Amino acid sequence: MTRDVQAYKGKLKPTWCPGCGDFGLLNALYQAFARLDLDPDQMVVVSGIGCSSRLPGFISSYGVHSLHGRALPIAQGVKLANPKLEVLVVGGDGDAFAIGGGHFPHACRRNIDLTYVVMDNRIYGLTKGQVAPTSDLNFHTVSSPYGNLETPISPTDFALSVGATFVARGFSGKLDQLTDLLVEAIKHRGFSFVDVLSPCVTFNKVNTFKYFQERVIPLPEGYQANRRHQALELVESEEEKIHLGILYREERPTYQDLLDKLDASIPKASPQELVLAQK
Amino acid sequence: MEKVDLVVRIAGESGEGIISAGEILTMACARASFNVNTFRAYPAEVRGGQSMFQMRASNGPIYSAGDDVDILVALNQEAFDRHVASLRNGGILVYDPAETNPQSRSDLLLYAAPFKEMAVRTLQALQVKNIVMMGVIAQLFAMPLDKLEEIVREKFGRKGQGILDKDLQALNLGAQYAREHIHKCDPFQLGQAEGGGKMVLSGNVAIALGALCAGCRFFAGYPITPASEILETLMVEMPKVDGVAIQVEDEISALSMVVGASFAGKKAMTATSGPGLSLMVEMIGLATIVELPLVLVDVQRAGPATGIPTKTEQGDLFIGLFGGHGDCPRIVLAPTTVEECFYQTIYAFNLAERTQMPVILLADQALAQRYETISVPDFSTLFLEDRLAVTSEEVAKGYQRYRLTPNGLSPIGTPGRPGAYIARGLEHNENDVPNYDQKNHQAMCEKRDRKLDLALQDEHLNFERWGDPSSEFGIIGWGSTLGVTREASLALKAEGQEPDVLYLKLLNPLPREEIVRFLANKKRVMVPEINYTGQLSWLLRSAFLFEPAPLKIAGGRPFSVAEILEKAKEVR
Repeated sequence: MTRDVQAYKGKLKPTWCPGCGDFGLLNALYQAFARLDLDPDQMVVVSGIGCSSRLPGFISSYGVHSLHGRALPIAQGVKLANPKLEVLVVGGDGDAFAIGGGHFPHACRRNIDLTYVVMDNRIYGLTKGQVAPTSDLNFHTVSSPYGNLETPISPTDFALSVGATFVARGFSGKLDQLTDLLVEAIKHRGFSFVDVLSPCVTFNKVNTFKYFQERVIPLPEGYQANRRHQALELVESEEEKIHLGILYREERPTYQDLLDKLDASIPKASPQELVLAQK
Repeated sequence: MEKVDLVVRIAGESGEGIISAGEILTMACARASFNVNTFRAYPAEVRGGQSMFQMRASNGPIYSAGDDVDILVALNQEAFDRHVASLRNGGILVYDPAETNPQSRSDLLLYAAPFKEMAVRTLQALQVKNIVMMGVIAQLFAMPLDKLEEIVREKFGRKGQGILDKDLQALNLGAQYAREHIHKCDPFQLGQAEGGGKMVLSGNVAIALGALCAGCRFFAGYPITPASEILETLMVEMPKVDGVAIQVEDEISALSMVVGASFAGKKAMTATSGPGLSLMVEMIGLATIVELPLVLVDVQRAGPATGIPTKTEQGDLFIGLFGGHGDCPRIVLAPTTVEECFYQTIYAFNLAERTQMPVILLADQALAQRYETISVPDFSTLFLEDRLAVTSEEVAKGYQRYRLTPNGLSPIGTPGRPGAYIARGLEHNENDVPNYDQKNHQAMCEKRDRKLDLALQDEHLNFERWGDPSSEFGIIGWGSTLGVTREASLALKAEGQEPDVLYLKLLNPLPREEIVRFLANKKRVMVPEINYTGQLSWLLRSAFLFEPAPLKIAGGRPFSVAEILEKAKEVR
């Protein structure tokens, strides 16, 4: 039996503003789940706090709608506890790179097999329009009234430089391509990171759908996604244009692979035997 | 066999192998069937500063590491100067005459041995000075040399044959020196005690083993003094039982991973000290509101901030009980002995599973890094509890994860099986849907709080009471001070002034009925605790409307028996 997208719709209707970029991502996720025919009882969707972190409620699977910034460590705990589960982490750029920024590099280098989708709108939406870690320099918001004084984080650059084994960028205005990227990200063995340009139609009047539509371009002809330095060079050289697609992909043993190998080399004992061995 | 009760203190500079020598001596005495109890003091730095290790060994029951030292081993002048006052009248000093001038006390029995010269001149290895010293005192006081050798082999065997040979030579050199050059004129002869079925553990290792026996199969932690041995032990042992232990990027991540693992159905734990607990506070709130079982061990040290990382304190009672925003119930337990570190960790998991809420285990440095002899656990009496799981019939009928029930418990779904739900940090209704209605919030707060009552079922695990129940003088305490309080109460009993003593092991919810029974005939109640504010006194005063007589020291060291006695006599 294969499931259609209806099988993945949760009991809640999205609470996002009409036209929010996150609808595009959500629809792409439904499509990706159906294409992969995932079993909702075997899936866990983990989020932090923010508009985009409402997403687990819109999916019929297990979910954790947790604390601001803590989605990644919670998700890693889930996956380590039961490696058979399909674990997806979703959230916004503030969750990922501001309050949760300390967890991101470790999740990348640890390479636990899960998929992290960041809906990047370059602003704080839920708290009504404050400056975000991905906001442009000199960007004006209610909390940066004289312009943003901080250089933005480049999510893809960050992920590449700390050892993520799958790094892609999509746009919620390009649903088919985004679906393909999500399918590949979920299929990837290891930590997959998908940066999704997902405009906030209410508070960000600069980085709008039109803004991104004018700037997004495909990867260069003949681009090979298996070279980290090349991927870094590509994202660091971007000025006006923004490339979409799989920027980097590498097969590296996952944390679980290394753990399994270690486990196989260690003689087993009962807890009682371990206590008695202390005698 | 005649009664033996011996207190040995070894003191020297940090980095001279003081702690390591003390540990080996302790293990050897325990293997010779003595009851042991230890205390250590060391600086937060790896090198420099002064360290000390105290071991008490007896063939009778002991409850503390002892106040008065029978034998002081001083490796340098500063160690002698600092610790000489703790030597009892006519006590024994073992020292290196090249390093220490013991002229300040004339009542002492002096045994001189050139530890350093033997290590450097004879063995060309300054680092074995501590082992030469062990050989000397083992020979002098008939400590089990064969057991010492056995432990030295186990401990240093991995470092290569060359190093091991040097260590064994050092041990024998020290023993030989004592045999040939020191005229023994004291009565202390340890020898071999009777009995078996004993083992020696530190509190931290007991907690780690207790977790494994409780069915814990996931541990995440971040190194922190004085709790790191729990992480280190579980990194070694967890793969042997097909569990996962992981060191993560910070304490927030540690508790987050534990919440994730518990959501996925595993019994899970983290262990930390005060600074880590402070970081974990928000995540405790999440565990409370999503109603997931977990165990959080806090090995308390002196705070606030970095405080005194290597020294004990009982200053985290308030944060353990109340840390977090909003109404955030959790269970708080406090073990009182090393043996209880083992059993109470199992109890903590049982309570967590039973109530679907976080359980905080408040140990402290003095307890967690103390060695004590304990009886080999009787595994046939261990009883493990598991969380209430949702059934497929319930799922078919329409599953409500947070259904309101008389005792507050509602079944948990586990990923991988039918029963999908969203664990939400937002207030939710019975259907795990966000809900901000006041009535719903009231009902959910009641539900989460009501589950605390389920922790009150096992009275014998929640407190310990001894002494004379008719006495109008009582002592109420918690945690690692139990041993010294017990010895003080025995001394008072011998004087015909036995108090009534209540030690609280369950600190939230409080075993209220027993406390009310206890207080019914009390005129004066002394409350000893190692923190500046007197946190248990605050709690008891506000919950039971009486004025306790606190005995409090800011952390840094445990109470002595004499301090408890002195205060008891004043209050009584």
